[in-house]
Amino acid sequence: MDYYLSDELTDIRDICREIAEKYIVPARAELDEENRFPREIMKVMADSDILGIYIPEEFGGTAEAFGGGAMALSVATEEFSRACGGVAVSYAANALGAMPILISASDEQKTRYLPDLASGRKLAAFALTESEAGSDAGGVKTKAIKDGDHYILNGTKQWITNGGEAQVYTVIALTDPSRGARGLSAFIVEEGTPGFSYGKKEDKMGIRASATRELIFEDCRIPAENLISGEGRGFIVAMKTLNRSRPGVASQAVGIAQGALDEAAKYASQRRQFGQRIDSFQAIQFMLADMATQIEAARALTYSVARMIDAGAKKYEKVSAMAKVFASDVAMKVTTDAVQILGGYGYMKEYPVEKMMRDAKITQIYEGTNQIQRAVIASALIKETAAGGN
Amino acid sequence: MRIAVAVKQVPDTAEVRIDPERGTLIREGVPSILNPFDEYALEEAFRWRDELGGTVVVITMGPPWAESVLREAVAMGADEALLISDRAFAGADTWATSHTLAAAVTKLGDVDLVITGKQAIDGDTAQTGPSIAASLDWPQITFVGKVRSIEDGHILAERYVEGGIEVVRSSLPAVVTILKDANTPRLPSLRGKMKARKLEIPTWGIDDLGLDPAETGLDGSPTRVVTISTPETSSDGEMHRGTPEELAAALADLLLGEEGS
Repeated sequence: MDYYLSDELTDIRDICREIAEKYIVPARAELDEENRFPREIMKVMADSDILGIYIPEEFGGTAEAFGGGAMALSVATEEFSRACGGVAVSYAANALGAMPILISASDEQKTRYLPDLASGRKLAAFALTESEAGSDAGGVKTKAIKDGDHYILNGTKQWITNGGEAQVYTVIALTDPSRGARGLSAFIVEEGTPGFSYGKKEDKMGIRASATRELIFEDCRIPAENLISGEGRGFIVAMKTLNRSRPGVASQAVGIAQGALDEAAKYASQRRQFGQRIDSFQAIQFMLADMATQIEAARALTYSVARMIDAGAKKYEKVSAMAKVFASDVAMKVTTDAVQILGGYGYMKEYPVEKMMRDAKITQIYEGTNQIQRAVIASALIKETAAGGN
Repeated sequence: MRIAVAVKQVPDTAEVRIDPERGTLIREGVPSILNPFDEYALEEAFRWRDELGGTVVVITMGPPWAESVLREAVAMGADEALLISDRAFAGADTWATSHTLAAAVTKLGDVDLVITGKQAIDGDTAQTGPSIAASLDWPQITFVGKVRSIEDGHILAERYVEGGIEVVRSSLPAVVTILKDANTPRLPSLRGKMKARKLEIPTWGIDDLGLDPAETGLDGSPTRVVTISTPETSSDGEMHRGTPEELAAALADLLLGEEGS
């Protein structure tokens, strides 16, 4: 389907596709096998100016050229995901880490951090999750206690994408334990700060090219000026960040699904059984038709939300959740069907679809499980109905 | 440091087929691309510009639509682009082409180094680079697999020749033709693409270069392509089986028999 992308968005798509074909596809199986972060590929993305596409020009990026940055991020993430969900999430998580600074930080903080993130001199990561704070973000236990012109951080963040690879971390911590979620605050913590170290590196089912690691804070002193927004604003910063980044997960899901469909359609056109190509069988044709239709629907919804954000919409929590939940469910279904179409070969590591199926699963889980997304959608719906509907 | 890179728009040979009846290339519907060797010439120019400062100007001679390869080069990182285009240049062979390109380099005036790809994948002559040097009366280093240094008005480069490597030092200005061994071409960047889209590319014609029609295009070309043909392929063969002694004897008989006939 032709989405009439602007010339500038087409440039992003073309460059990302070239990076995907020349650098990601040849490396993806090895990165997956070795659980290895794609540093070289991130460097290529940086050199191609792809890391700053959602950052405004005054802070070193090019967002204005794309009418914002949400569509730009969606297009780039989708293209990378089509080749490898693990590499793509390393890219997307960098934007996620930068997002609290972009949407809630002071101009001084933006000037200090965003240019390095736009150029790729530094990478970012977002740190909210803890062992007891997953879907319930209010369960954060990491504390940030004010001490003069510093805060002292103590606690452990878990499953932090780009952990150990990023140099700039946006961390949600508790400044006032008595106030629960309203006692949370957002901070910028730089790699190398005394008392900040990396813990366990996770061995994951999928997206294995991405780094997922613990962050450990032990009496880690950070300057008070690294507080984003104000004390007690952490939960809002986190929610705004996730609302804004969910179309990115949706794009990741769309890309993974598209990659799986490409493989399945190609295989079905070459594989012969009973003396004919298997794409001549209606059983295969209908599967392919459903896969393609679902992907197009997911992409259309995702682009609509991204365009809405770029148009300046203030409320998009519900549709952002819808895009994420729909696209990720499509990705799981499509990748599973792709494995089915490839049959025994699909189950083997010689073909990329088993990896795509493993990569797809996480899109139903992270940045808010699909169950939480449905709760968000339902809650918005109930509020709208109570207010007289719209 | 100002480096000029001469590039060529060529048909994508991966897509080219031969018309078996006429023995000519079927060019309809075949996409035009930047000559792949030229990407290495551009990369080499960018590397030295990035290290020494200065600018890279990319030049091509061709029809107006050859401008697309200039924009591609700008997207990769060229600072300026220049299209050499005129009806009078049509039908040029490598002599007339390089004579015209050399005139453009002379008109640019402050070029320290001209870089070209080893050859173009359509004609495969590898003549244009050396011929530009001859026309300018500049020194040339061809088949360069590695540029070691550019300093003190000199370039030191390794020529990858059959059976070894020649290390050659030349004064600047000079012309260098680049092999694929020299580097890994960078991808276009987003800022480069955006710049390339907007850049106004000047076109220089025969009057701008002050050339005589007799020295350009078909009139200025001493060579003519008389015919192009594809060699006939044959798949005749005989299979022999047996012990080594039997096979040797059979082969000897065949060879002797052939000699006798």
